[in-house]
Amino acid sequence: MTSIEAQVLQPYKYGFETNIESEIVPPGLNEDVIRLISTKKGEPEWMLEGRLKAYRQWVRMTEPHWANVRYGPIDYQAISYYAAPKRGPELKSLSEVDPKLVETFEKLGIPIEEQKRLAGVAVDAVFDSVSVATTFRAELAKSGVIFCPISEAIREHPDLVREYLGSVVPANDNFFAALNSAVFTDGSFVYVPKGVRCPLELSTYFRINARATGQFERTLIIADAGSYVSYLEGCSAPTRDENQLHAAVVELVAHDDATIKYSTIQNWYPGDEAGRGGIYNFVTKRGKCAGRRSKISWTQVETGSAITWKYPGCILQGDDSIGEFYSVAVTSQRQQADTGTKMIHLGRNTRSTIVSKGISAGQGQNTYRGLVKILKGADGARNYSQCDSMLIGDRCGAHTFPYIDVRNSTATMEHEASTSKIGEDQIFYLRQRGLSAEDAVSLIVNGFCKEVFRELPMEFAVEAQRLLGISLEGSVG
Amino acid sequence: MSDAPMLAIRDLHVAINGTEILRGVDLTMDRGTVHAIMGPNGSGKSTLAQVLAGHPAYQVTAGSVRYEGRDLLDLDPEERAREGVFLAFQYPVEVRGITNSYFLRSAVNAIRKHRGEPELDAMDFLQVLEDKLTAIGWDDSFLNRPVNEGFSGGEKKRNEILQLAVLEPKLAILDETDSGLDIDALKTVAGAVNKLRRPDRAFLVVTHYQRLLDYITPDFVHVLADGRMVRSGGPELAHELEAKGYDWLRDGAVVA
Repeated sequence: MTSIEAQVLQPYKYGFETNIESEIVPPGLNEDVIRLISTKKGEPEWMLEGRLKAYRQWVRMTEPHWANVRYGPIDYQAISYYAAPKRGPELKSLSEVDPKLVETFEKLGIPIEEQKRLAGVAVDAVFDSVSVATTFRAELAKSGVIFCPISEAIREHPDLVREYLGSVVPANDNFFAALNSAVFTDGSFVYVPKGVRCPLELSTYFRINARATGQFERTLIIADAGSYVSYLEGCSAPTRDENQLHAAVVELVAHDDATIKYSTIQNWYPGDEAGRGGIYNFVTKRGKCAGRRSKISWTQVETGSAITWKYPGCILQGDDSIGEFYSVAVTSQRQQADTGTKMIHLGRNTRSTIVSKGISAGQGQNTYRGLVKILKGADGARNYSQCDSMLIGDRCGAHTFPYIDVRNSTATMEHEASTSKIGEDQIFYLRQRGLSAEDAVSLIVNGFCKEVFRELPMEFAVEAQRLLGISLEGSVG
Repeated sequence: MSDAPMLAIRDLHVAINGTEILRGVDLTMDRGTVHAIMGPNGSGKSTLAQVLAGHPAYQVTAGSVRYEGRDLLDLDPEERAREGVFLAFQYPVEVRGITNSYFLRSAVNAIRKHRGEPELDAMDFLQVLEDKLTAIGWDDSFLNRPVNEGFSGGEKKRNEILQLAVLEPKLAILDETDSGLDIDALKTVAGAVNKLRRPDRAFLVVTHYQRLLDYITPDFVHVLADGRMVRSGGPELAHELEAKGYDWLRDGAVVA
């Protein structure tokens, strides 16, 4: 291992386990388990029907294996589909949250006590299969913004949920989306009413804690006409020898002139140096720019997971709508990532921008896979794609699979790609100016990722920097 | 400060990938002096410059280098830099996405921290930068461009000298700073270097051609051939080399 690689391969800092009494449903998946989850969540009949329908589709589907990743078979009957910390009657206020949970999130840098508010951020904290706290709900409600666990939205806002759930990612979209639709347990629900600019950054933090469980979260964000919302998710999990499955579905809907900015800082446990353990992160994320001049922007910083399979995309349906995807994906040790985006242009003068930065170190394998599809009616559509790969050491790999499907001759497409390697000469140059080897790597990686980091909300740019061990260029503040 | 010379190289042997490049180099430099190292291609000039700065690819197989009385070879590259050793690279590298001014501030603060001085914030640093630019008579046109990215050969070399001006080293090593420069750029760079000469700063100027020494007048000229110093003298030696080439020295070395 070179000295440069050693700088990048930092130990995982979030691998602790919370010792809390949990209620865990025995492993296995069948209709009874789904009924049990639905009952535990106090769901209406239509929701249970939807779950069972998804399950029946899922059993007939096969796990996809076209991604450029390798892993052994997953035994879906060995996974527990519901784990929740035991608790008494319904919580009336945040002060009733189990102190162990408060402490857990605090350790992760996520304050769920409102007096310790993270500047301008409301947080929904999800622990295994349940949301344990959502902050600043009252404050948000003043402007009509709904921000709550999705299990609660199903009970309290059934009309909105029924209208939008599955409208962007239908249950039969793919194998993992079908599985999620059948068994999802919690996640966040956001509704921003017409013309409202959400006064706080919204954030959900997902923590897997229990052993031999999967986490199947579901997020649904609706931005009504002329509204704006910025949302961020973060995640982590304890260090374990076995692999754990995380199969989430995220759906976004933006109406006329609405903007949704969705940022992810993904730091699931990546497994150890030998490739033992780690999260399988098989996620379907999609946004629909339903309205004219609507905009959906995905920004992701992916440093964790043993295997990542995700392609946050945009369906650009409204005329003049805009889709964006900014991504930094880091694979080190034996991590594998196959990630990218899908931009589907339906409306006229729709525009999409893709900026993907892949960093591979150790024996990591990093694949960018992207689809840009311009359909017949999308007159004047434009896409700009930029895929850059950086290699650290000589045992890692970078791969790029850009798919382009254009069915309208008025479309404009631009694609740029580059591959670079951090070399000893580059490090030596910076050390000769007085920087430590560690700071030299940070500076180079930071410069490489700059176009993506500047898209993150300021509070989280600092988090991303910490994750990659990177000192952010004066851009913060 | 000790009475030891700024730099004392004794019988230095250096190899890369098992091939010996330097075969017993001796050199002593005092504060405030300018030494030129000349020599044909492949003589080991750049190797000497890189070894003094601590490039990890080279192995010192014998000999010693003392810098202000301390063992220089014992220090990491960044420690050498923080102690005042500066190398103006023959081939400066690019750092994408990082502006020159941010890079310079990081470097200055690394050095200040090492000296136990408070770090400079962006505003204070800007003032320092402007003072330095004024001192060498340059404008601030490439401060906000990424480090060396898209720079012409001449701009890269100028950037090295700007870094020298800002980092204020005690020992500045210029590795073929004149290569690839047209005469106007050469004058600009040499002019800046002359303005940076100080009684407490020594320069080691590595060059293939005498023309740089028309603008930066050295106190001493040394000729390196086949990894050994074959001749030392005053500035007139450079002119002699210009007239006669290097071959007569090499032959002489064999005869001697």
